[in-house]
Amino acid sequence: MSEEGEPKKPTFDWLPEGMEPLADGEYDAIVMGTGLKECVISGLLSVKGKRVLQMDRNGYYGGDGASLNLSNLFEKFQAGEAPSNLGANRDYNVDLIPKFIMACGNLTKMLLHTKVTRYLDFKSIAGSYVYKGGKILKVPATPEEALRSPLMGLFEKRRFRKFLLYVDQYKEDDPKTYEERDLKTMTMRQLYEHFGLQPDTHQFISHAMCLQLDEKHMDLPALPTIKELQVYIYSLSRYGTSPYIYPLYGLGGLPEGFSRICAIHGGTFMLNQDVDEILFNDKGEAYGVKAGNMMAKAAMVIGDPSYFSSDKIRPTGSVVRCICILDHPVPNTNNAESVQVVIPGPQVGRVNDVFVCALGHSLQVSANGVYIAIVSTLAEKSEPDEDVAPGLQMLGPILKRFTSVTTTYEPTGDGSADKCFISKSFDGTSHFEGDCEDLLSLHKRITGEDLDMNINADSVEGDY
Amino acid sequence: MSSSSRVHHFKLVLLGDTAVGKSCLVVRFVRDEFFEFQEPTIGAAFLTQTVQLDDSTVKFEIWDTAGQERYRSLAPMYYRGAAAAIVVYDITNPDSFTGAKSWVKELQRRGDPNVVIALAGNKADLDSRRKVEFEEANAYAEENGILHLETSAKNANNVKSLFVEIAGKLPKNPPQQEREAFPLMPAQQESRSCC
Repeated sequence: MSEEGEPKKPTFDWLPEGMEPLADGEYDAIVMGTGLKECVISGLLSVKGKRVLQMDRNGYYGGDGASLNLSNLFEKFQAGEAPSNLGANRDYNVDLIPKFIMACGNLTKMLLHTKVTRYLDFKSIAGSYVYKGGKILKVPATPEEALRSPLMGLFEKRRFRKFLLYVDQYKEDDPKTYEERDLKTMTMRQLYEHFGLQPDTHQFISHAMCLQLDEKHMDLPALPTIKELQVYIYSLSRYGTSPYIYPLYGLGGLPEGFSRICAIHGGTFMLNQDVDEILFNDKGEAYGVKAGNMMAKAAMVIGDPSYFSSDKIRPTGSVVRCICILDHPVPNTNNAESVQVVIPGPQVGRVNDVFVCALGHSLQVSANGVYIAIVSTLAEKSEPDEDVAPGLQMLGPILKRFTSVTTTYEPTGDGSADKCFISKSFDGTSHFEGDCEDLLSLHKRITGEDLDMNINADSVEGDY
Repeated sequence: MSSSSRVHHFKLVLLGDTAVGKSCLVVRFVRDEFFEFQEPTIGAAFLTQTVQLDDSTVKFEIWDTAGQERYRSLAPMYYRGAAAAIVVYDITNPDSFTGAKSWVKELQRRGDPNVVIALAGNKADLDSRRKVEFEEANAYAEENGILHLETSAKNANNVKSLFVEIAGKLPKNPPQQEREAFPLMPAQQESRSCC
């Protein structure tokens, strides 16, 4: 180990006069942003021996999906000083993007594959609720609950059960399980009708279990929606009362965990470091970045859309999110410490569903007695407050709320031509399944390989 | 269960500027090895080692900074749940002592209020090149109510004592956490049931 503190700055013949190398100067990949997707990619690259430089303009990890303490939260929304009656700053880890993790979904597989699980503890989300006819009703988690549930009448319950048994045994690669239904051509609507299910039941299954955001899926082939339902059913059977799990101390722990994987494999991290310019050669390929009088070179640049110019990205929509601080649990949810409530759009005269995610102190996201409820939906009204109103109405008195309207983006290119590999913005769903798909696509574009997520079921003890 | 057979688990984090010998200290303590040119990171999520006290056993889960200290980019996760921290400086490098003091501040701001802090003046074998006096560092440690030792990862001097002293100061009956949190485990089988 060198004995003189910071090693001497290296020099490079590509470095223009007057410029200094940024960090170690030469890398295989420069990653901009420390959101979940960027951190997963940098973690996977460095495990493969690639030299990675990851930077973020903020002083915290997580980018748009960070979990903030109270002072950072108030600063972010320019809301002045955080009031002292809300408790200690460090007790808060408020997610900017509310999402839960499907216990058997792709993100869980990724966490297990990379062994990031060793840095995190999880809890089951206590309840999953759906809004129907002006009431908040629990999505049944057991056969007994289904039989007692006021969501359906007696005969409908039998049809519902029959439908779920069919979905549970259905295997895409085994035609014997199809029971003469071709889910690749049959629409979701036709499938529901095949089982004699009522429109109200379609709505609750599609929105609260398959987590469809609107009605488009009804007239498309049923298979993708049925696969979502299978993930829901498997996840529900994994840990108990809801299909969702959540990491203690907030979702921000996810990118932090992946960043540590990257760091222990030699990755370099710079927070509070913005990028002034992405450098392109005359073929239009990115070859590095510039920040002040510093430069770093790499074979590719990777990042979230906020680090790229408008010709590299295009808008895909707009998400309204409203973070509410409460001094009580969400009413009518049996005082659950943590809940999700799905409000199907058609129930409240909307196209898109409204989600409410609420978490309390036992998840280590707020001070004792304080609850964080986040209402989110795709923007479709002229006023964001109108969009989130159906969610806000069910929360009771709100101590403080922060509303944001975020334009979501996707890349215009796949990165092969310009060596810019850009993630999509986090989507408006209440889970990570779509974001994982983007992540797998990003990984494939960057490495040319599919990510093998076969779980190594070995013990997680010992050195990595 | 008698207290003598009880094993207490604690997370311990290392802090300090780049190249003061943080990893070397851990490798000496855990594996009793020393490499003059230890790679800047030790490539492990964390290492574990136990310390036998008179009436109990302390098992440390030791987290190294993995280079994230270089640009002060350690995540909150690093500090979270740490019962103890070793803040390392190099006795031949006064800047690293200034750095150590700022790491202590950072730890007091971001870490658990009851974290046990030890200040370690490493590379004590290089006494002829000493730039940080023992008395100066010791006075600072006393002022801040933290442990202070000079260590040498190279000749192993005081390395074990450092961890034993920390182990002695840790509370042996920590409040039980009432949360039912769980680590994620792979599903045993595709065991599934359905309503």
